[in-house]
Amino acid sequence: MSAVREETDRKIDELLGTFPRKGSALLPALFLIQEEKGFISPDSMEYVAGKLDVSPVFVAGVVSFYTMFYTRPVGRHHIQICRTLACALRGCRSVLAHLEQRLGVGAGETTPDGKFSLEAVECLGACDKAPLIQINGEEYELLDPKKVDEVLDRLE
Amino acid sequence: MASEPLLLKNVGIADSWTIDSYLKSGGYEGLKRVLREFEPEAFATEVKNAGLRGRGGAGFPTGVKWGFLPKNKDKPRYLCVNADESEPGTFKDRLLIEENPHLVLEGIIASCFAIECHTAFFYIRGEFHKGYRIFKRAVEEAYEKGLLGKNIQKSGFDLDVILYRGAGAYICGEETALLESLEGKRGLPRLKPPFPALVGLYGCPTIINNVETLANVTLIAERGAEWYASLGRPPKNTGPKLYCVSGHVKKPGVYEAELGIPLMELINERAGGMLHADRPLKAVVPGGSSMKILPASKCDVLMDFDSLMEAGSMLGSAGVMVMDSGTCMVQALLNLARFYAHESCGQCTPCREGTGWLVKILERLESGNGAESDVDLLSDVARKVEGHTICPFGEAIAWPVQSYAAVFRDEYLEHVKRRGCPVGGPSLV
Ligand SMILES: Cc1cc2nc3c(=O)[nH]c(=O)nc-3n(C[C@H](O)[C@H](O)[C@H](O)COP(=O)(O)O)c2cc1C
Ligand code: SF4
Ligand code: FES
Repeated sequence: MSAVREETDRKIDELLGTFPRKGSALLPALFLIQEEKGFISPDSMEYVAGKLDVSPVFVAGVVSFYTMFYTRPVGRHHIQICRTLACALRGCRSVLAHLEQRLGVGAGETTPDGKFSLEAVECLGACDKAPLIQINGEEYELLDPKKVDEVLDRLE
Repeated sequence: MASEPLLLKNVGIADSWTIDSYLKSGGYEGLKRVLREFEPEAFATEVKNAGLRGRGGAGFPTGVKWGFLPKNKDKPRYLCVNADESEPGTFKDRLLIEENPHLVLEGIIASCFAIECHTAFFYIRGEFHKGYRIFKRAVEEAYEKGLLGKNIQKSGFDLDVILYRGAGAYICGEETALLESLEGKRGLPRLKPPFPALVGLYGCPTIINNVETLANVTLIAERGAEWYASLGRPPKNTGPKLYCVSGHVKKPGVYEAELGIPLMELINERAGGMLHADRPLKAVVPGGSSMKILPASKCDVLMDFDSLMEAGSMLGSAGVMVMDSGTCMVQALLNLARFYAHESCGQCTPCREGTGWLVKILERLESGNGAESDVDLLSDVARKVEGHTICPFGEAIAWPVQSYAAVFRDEYLEHVKRRGCPVGGPSLV
């Protein structure tokens, strides 16, 4: 039994031939697995290790190094708010406080119904749009608490 | 110095990111000229003569860097485009990628021709979802038009461009960490030497260049070295530059100007001046969070590599963070210290432990529980990190710490005396 869907397995095989060395396929393969499953489990690590001829421990080391790989499920709507200096100068603290209050969870937590995860992240390279958040990779810019409510209302 | 936009020429026009729009405004003519009229080495010399200096942070002359490649060609050579843009306060490469991707791609192709490389990697930070989609499409369009692939424009030159997404790690912007990441490993910086030009990706000769650097190569391909070298403040600070202005200004954004625009012109004329009429300028970080801070009294400075060096800071990534009188300098530094503590790759003890110590000391000062000796302790710890690490991340944390604590020493001491913040602006931490 394969740890991933057939289509993902096929895409990973393709990746192995894309790069001059197949080791380079690891990060893109992990992204594919995460896209399918939402996070990267020990089983998935073992599976991808087998594909690339590396040890599962090596894969686990890579997964833990990068903040965009998750080893646990995240909420359906993954809200990431930038906390770094340029955003802080434009009031991201009050947007974060508002999110925490509205969702009833702190940064780094998921709501009990699994609907929202809230995460404070470092500079998203869009400091002119501060304060800003990403929800599942989609960007929402120049926010204040009222605009945050409008965005979240549309998700509920 | 309000000259015509060069790097941002197409930005703002409809569908600026498509190849059709780019071709309409004369795109890829520079590349075609190079393929027609130049030998690879001659174009590399052209870039050297233009005086182009890297826009990724260090300002190293691009043509000189290319010259470090070994003469023999028994191994493949690689170009790695650094699109990891993660230095706090920096957002220029993102704009180029999203709005003007073909300007970047044209520069990549011309550069690969110059250094005789047939595979280029575009390492883009994972959080740039939109940029990834747009650049991927741009590459496909270039293949469709015969501008990538085999025998480009019947010149006999072959090139493939492969996109690679980072996965969330500031350190992967450091060039050797980027190579490790591209090899599918943890992004741990390598000891230098050997330098990547000799031993880089997969052990092969490799050039790493920033997105904006390569966009500038397109301009040189189009109009030549002599014209390029007349822009800015020749001979050592030539060409146009993208400045990222953020923080307490009315109109934060990316502004293009020739190298050497006065900082105050950038703030007051381009970015619309200070955000609040009643809060004057207190300080500016001119080159991204890793560079030393300039107090308002030192802000009459030109924005180029050498002028900022003389003023005691650096142009870095040209991330200009503007702070007004309501900014607490202990909180500002604590905010950054947490960033660096989070992003240290952990290989070197001084960096891994030092960043943690800095956070602790700053938290003490910020909460009003600090002692006078803590202020000196900050500089002490920074001194022990600087110069004692594998990669320049050590300096990237030491420089802001040393400069904030020295320039605003009185404000730091006030935090101790009053057992709290004397500034009272909105919280930054
Ligand atoms: C900690 C650290 C982070 C860096 N991040 C970036 C980055 O995000 N983008 C970039 O182009 N250069 C970054 N650099 C600089 C690169 O190491 C390298 O000098 C640059 O990409 C070379 O390109 P250039 O010569 O065209 O400027 C970083 C350096 C350090 C030490
Ligand atoms: S200085 Fe810091 S980031 Fe650079 S290699 Fe050492 S521990 Fe890693
Ligand atoms: S500091 Fe928030 S996007 Fe740069």
